[in-house]
Amino acid sequence: MTVLDLKATEQIATREAFGDEIVELGRNNKNILVVDADIGSSCKTTKFMNEFPKQHINVGIAEQNAAGLAAGLATTGKIPFVSTYAVFGSLRMAEQIRQEICYPNLNVKIACSHGGLTPANDGGSHQAIEDMGVLRTIPNMTVIMGADYYSTRKLVKQASEMHGAVYLRFTRDKVPVIYDENETFEIGKAKQLRNGKDVALIANGDTVHLALQAAEILESKGVSAQLLDMHTIKPIDKEAVLECIEIGNIVTVEDHNIINGLGSAVSEIVAEQGKGKVRRIGVQDRFGESAPYDKLLEINGITVENIVNTAEEML
Amino acid sequence: MDSMTVERLKEKAIQLRETAVTMVYKAQSGHPGGSLSAADFVTALYFKEMNVNPEDPNWAERDRFVLSKGHVAPIQYAALAHKGFVPLEMINTLREYGSPFQGHPDSKKCPGVDISTGSLGQGLSCAVGMALGGKLDEKAYRVFAVVGDGECQEGQIWEAAQSAVKYELDNLVVFIDDNGLQIDGTTEEVMPNHDLEKKFQAFGFETKRIDGHSMEEIVDTLDEVREAKNGKPKCIVCNTVKGKGVSYMENVVGWHGKAPNEEQYKLAMEELAGGLHA
Ligand SMILES: Cc1ncc(C[n+]2csc(CCOP(=O)(O)OP(=O)(O)O)c2C)c(N)n1
Ligand SMILES: [Mg+2]
Repeated sequence: MTVLDLKATEQIATREAFGDEIVELGRNNKNILVVDADIGSSCKTTKFMNEFPKQHINVGIAEQNAAGLAAGLATTGKIPFVSTYAVFGSLRMAEQIRQEICYPNLNVKIACSHGGLTPANDGGSHQAIEDMGVLRTIPNMTVIMGADYYSTRKLVKQASEMHGAVYLRFTRDKVPVIYDENETFEIGKAKQLRNGKDVALIANGDTVHLALQAAEILESKGVSAQLLDMHTIKPIDKEAVLECIEIGNIVTVEDHNIINGLGSAVSEIVAEQGKGKVRRIGVQDRFGESAPYDKLLEINGITVENIVNTAEEML
Repeated sequence: MDSMTVERLKEKAIQLRETAVTMVYKAQSGHPGGSLSAADFVTALYFKEMNVNPEDPNWAERDRFVLSKGHVAPIQYAALAHKGFVPLEMINTLREYGSPFQGHPDSKKCPGVDISTGSLGQGLSCAVGMALGGKLDEKAYRVFAVVGDGECQEGQIWEAAQSAVKYELDNLVVFIDDNGLQIDGTTEEVMPNHDLEKKFQAFGFETKRIDGHSMEEIVDTLDEVREAKNGKPKCIVCNTVKGKGVSYMENVVGWHGKAPNEEQYKLAMEELAGGLHA
């Protein structure tokens, strides 16, 4: 696969990818609906609303209603995408998602902007650090975060084509484009960005580009790093993790609490195999706060430098 | 504390507006529209009505203030800074790392914030709990909550309302900032609220609809409410203009959560210096 030169690429928030892809999907399938909860403008669904007003519903500031209403729509054959911020789409709607979407196994997609620490200056109230963990605990739920604009578009499209509940998490802030427009992605299948034999880096979402830079630095230091973009944390690509276990040393990287996110999901497989070592890089089980996004990453050690150091420590 | 005259309160409300807009300008992020619509009653609460002590922000007998629509933190921060809870210079740190002035009110970081908010619909329940706690302990303090009109679309607001009525919380005063706008448009377009005063009344609140930019009406209403120990929670629905005091922000949806640029900021300050227009 081609990995683009990061410094040369543009930066786009992945919420833009959702906003662009959902328009394409809505054009081709009139059953695709967007259910907004008064933040369509920042979740990037305005284009969809303007082009397909009949496929657009705005329930106002009422996320629990949005989730239940979407479940009802799904029973009539519609494919609703509930669009809100990650904090509300995972936690405010959690029981509606469990009871009325996952339990009856309905075809509802929860598409959320403002994932992780990316709504940086809004502060801790708006930074979703528990969302993927909470939702991956619910049966029948698929949990996805794309690493960049193009992968996110592909994953949104695939989510629309599969039956069942899917949680899609996007960044509020810009992240580098790392994939070529024509790259293909498959839900539940990790994207291998680098082949290596000394250490395996497994990252997702807005941290994949950090892991990519770390892998390059490691390479320059003579350390060969495998790199996986684990865009789907549930169902996780067990085969790919097993390969990493053969390498022996695994560093996970995520913009999510280290509890119950990607690092935990990988650790579960490692523990059951009874071999391999894991170090988890992510939000250190602390709430966020208002600060520049980079500062928040730094406070939590979600940095290229810490990935490199952690990998080296394991060798 | 001496309570201010209506004229002084009007000046104060301008000052708080200036500070709130300055904070959002300096941070280049934040929510000016709903800060400005709430400015007058927030001023009356902090500078006349509420029994609070900046020297002892956690004083057990204090009146409580819950900004249920937590995104308009700048107007509460302006009040707290001018009241002396936080040094005035700190207004330059809105949304910065380490600031007491987080993007949304944080009770662990900012003296005078009684509970953290920011996720709409939840603060009113907390205010109900505070009022109930006061009743259980036979304390004289009251609880003031500020709720957005868009926020009233959250079901939890009505769950809170029914419990306030059941527990006869006449020590609870809810201000509804009925500015008619939310993020995706007018409340009429996004999700009609119909008559919020009638809704709260039907739930069992004692209600009144007032001009939320008339300091006279606000002060008179607070006087009435203070006397009414009748077992009913109070709801004051305020007809307001989002962005009030800065002409280009007034009634414009786009100024919900956007910072002015330098030129716009200067204009805002000039206009505010001239006071409110009818
Ligand atoms: C639960 C929840 N959903 C969505 C948001 C995002 N949001 C912030 S402000 C706002 C609109 C609020 O409108 P309103 O209550 O009328 O406030 P005002 O007009 O006074 O600013 C929304 C939807 C939020 N903060 N919390
Ligand atoms: Mg409003």
